Amino acid sequence: MELVDAVLAGERLALARLLTQVENGTPLGRRAQDTLFPRTGKGHLIGITGAPGSGKSSLVNQVARLFRRPPAASGAQPRKVAIVAVDPSSPFTGGALLGDRVRMRDLAGDPGIFIRSMAARGALGGLARASAAVVQVFDAAGYEIILIETVGAGQNEVDIAGLAHTTLVVDTPGMGDDIQAIKAGILEIADILVINKADRPGVENTERSLRAMLELGHPKIQPQGKDAASQPGWTPPVLSTIATTGSGVEEVYQAINRHGDYLRQSGEWQKRDRVRLQVELEALLQETLVARWRSRVPAETYQALLDEVIQRRISPLNAMSELMHFDVNYVKGVHQE
Amino acid sequence: MSERKIRVLIAKPGLDGHDRGAKVIARALRDAGMEVIYTGLRQTPEMVAEAALQEDVDVVGLSILSGAHMGLVPRVVDLLRANGQANVLVFVGGIIPDDDIPELLQAGVKRVYGPGTSTTQVVEDIRKDIPALPA
Repeated sequence: MELVDAVLAGERLALARLLTQVENGTPLGRRAQDTLFPRTGKGHLIGITGAPGSGKSSLVNQVARLFRRPPAASGAQPRKVAIVAVDPSSPFTGGALLGDRVRMRDLAGDPGIFIRSMAARGALGGLARASAAVVQVFDAAGYEIILIETVGAGQNEVDIAGLAHTTLVVDTPGMGDDIQAIKAGILEIADILVINKADRPGVENTERSLRAMLELGHPKIQPQGKDAASQPGWTPPVLSTIATTGSGVEEVYQAINRHGDYLRQSGEWQKRDRVRLQVELEALLQETLVARWRSRVPAETYQALLDEVIQRRISPLNAMSELMHFDVNYVKGVHQE
Repeated sequence: MSERKIRVLIAKPGLDGHDRGAKVIARALRDAGMEVIYTGLRQTPEMVAEAALQEDVDVVGLSILSGAHMGLVPRVVDLLRANGQANVLVFVGGIIPDDDIPELLQAGVKRVYGPGTSTTQVVEDIRKDIPALPA
């Protein structure tokens, strides 16, 4: 395929155009994904999530700079960096304002960096449906570091943990007490906890709450299984940064690299890959099954049933059972529990 | 399952720091269902062209109030062409003297908007200028 060949040859316009095709789920985009998939699996996928305004974009900007110009002492080579920045779509118009690039102007003019903004297009987990596919294109195109910035997240936008090898959760001082810190959800998915805006008051309290949470037990600390005792574990570090000045960011960069090493040495990398690809497969199955079913349902029937639900004549569950008749493999009784 | 949105880059090349107009137009295009990439203040033409390429946009809107449009705008258009994006529609908004407009259009700009332009007009123009997008 011409476009794929051009992407593999490093042509940036071809890459940009392919990303559009993949994002839009066009037949060409889908064929390209099939062709490129065997070349994926090399990139380190790093997710950055946290509340709106917590400084995710600024942090991505700084971290990307370090991957391009590693500290001399680290002896590391510059890596090719892709950034996928997701912002929300309007639930009313479907439009979107994608503003993450505003904080990434330092990265302009570097051919080793490619930034792509994505609208969430109605997906709810903090990413767009096509984010995984877009990341795969970058991976196949030879980007070694892929930074994925989620939509500003609340407590439950945790899809990123299913996509990334390493997840950074960005918190800021004054975002709540230690009860917030022990709730289920976003903090649990952190491999690295970052307290950004650390020049603000309250940073000690935030740090104490997060450390207390980790001491109470964190799902990712203990290795699982019978050999657990002999395996190395990973305790999420709690790091303070001021992303606008770059203060503390080098520690974040080092923690990301350390976590990558840990994943590779412990076998966790393969495990996460498996989970990640399973999540992707399941999502595709759901999407396809719903689309296939929908193509069989006459619009009038659907609307008529919806009207009955709205008039409280039947329940949403009744309507669902009725609509399941349009499933080719429908077996009476199975869907009607 | 495929979905196609008009993608627009709104950029402010040059040194003036007044981005209200750019934000108003970005918001209006968002409300019209487009995906708008906003890059912030003080962009060089090179930065604008690079963002347009990476984002594979259909439209680039440039907001310039500094009077430097005759230097900046043709440069952006040239860079887009050099990058293989000659098909990208470019419009300019800001304080542009009438005498400069023909030259900008000649340089490859599709439309020039002055103060007082309604956002509805810009939305309509984009919809008209971007041919019905294949899915």
